Amino acid sequence: MNNTVSLGCLTNGSFALVTELVAEGLTRRRLLDLGLVPGTKVEVIRRSPVGDPIAFGIRGAVIALRKEVANKVLVNPL
Amino acid sequence: MGLTSQSTGRSTTREIFNIKRNNNEPVIALAGNPNTGKSTLFNALTGLRQHTGNWPGKTVLRAEGSFIHNGRRYTLIDLPGTYSLLANSADEEVARDFICFAKPDATVVVVDATCLERNLNLVLQVMEITSKVIVCVNLIDEARRKKLRVDADKLSKKLGVPVITTAARSGEGLPRLMDVISDVVWGRLTPKPKLVRYTGEVEEAIARLEPKVRAAVGDGINARWVALRLLDGDTKLVQAMEKFLSEKEIVRVAQEVLA
Repeated sequence: MNNTVSLGCLTNGSFALVTELVAEGLTRRRLLDLGLVPGTKVEVIRRSPVGDPIAFGIRGAVIALRKEVANKVLVNPL
Repeated sequence: MGLTSQSTGRSTTREIFNIKRNNNEPVIALAGNPNTGKSTLFNALTGLRQHTGNWPGKTVLRAEGSFIHNGRRYTLIDLPGTYSLLANSADEEVARDFICFAKPDATVVVVDATCLERNLNLVLQVMEITSKVIVCVNLIDEARRKKLRVDADKLSKKLGVPVITTAARSGEGLPRLMDVISDVVWGRLTPKPKLVRYTGEVEEAIARLEPKVRAAVGDGINARWVALRLLDGDTKLVQAMEKFLSEKEIVRVAQEVLA
């Protein structure tokens, strides 16, 4: 898996599979609770006008994440 | 003298949560992810007009109301919507502290039928704290529109707790939900939640810790769950226990574990 990137870098409309979370403690817990476990398919839906936060489609719901947090999610683009 | 709510200390804990206890009315908690229609369900059951709206964080604390079913009055508590009970935010703490320390007579976890999978995380977490769980698969009308079918019987078998499908907006399924709530409250139905089993190492640590926790807090709260939280390094739970339980022993046990 050499094409792993962070979730915050993907362009709108793209899909990716979660490979790893590089967050710890409560941030990690939060991301897991939102459904971002390895293997989960995520869609980049849109960005706010300033590019942060970003709205993602995760397991049937639209969830906005700050770029800083989204970058702690490593993914393989599809 | 029998075990009154005073003598078991339940009333004092509930007083901290400001619940008016009338003639030992059963207390039912409504939990669930944000935007699953908890407040709509709350209003439909109680006839109140608690503000509903389609944005997260609307129910900041919690609303209280009551409904009458077969001549008995039940107190209903609408908890804030959360994805988890693992205390990341004030909302989650309110929901967790309530389910854990106020010990509702039943907890209804409201889930969104159109994205069931993501809602089941919270169901599993609630099942770890209390066995008196009812899953209410709400927005079933919207799921039907999206051509989704929910097999409530199968879900119920897999989880070990009753599953009711509802459309709170139109009132569909509510009589059945109230029947099941009363069955659980009065012991005619005993949910047997299938708990998550962790890896050998974790289960071993739980097994070692659980008796200590039980000795410290008694049967007041679920010892397995507290043991899990301590292993997770959840210091906020320890703070909450200091606040809601008089026993100081648990704090000592907790400090030992966390050290």
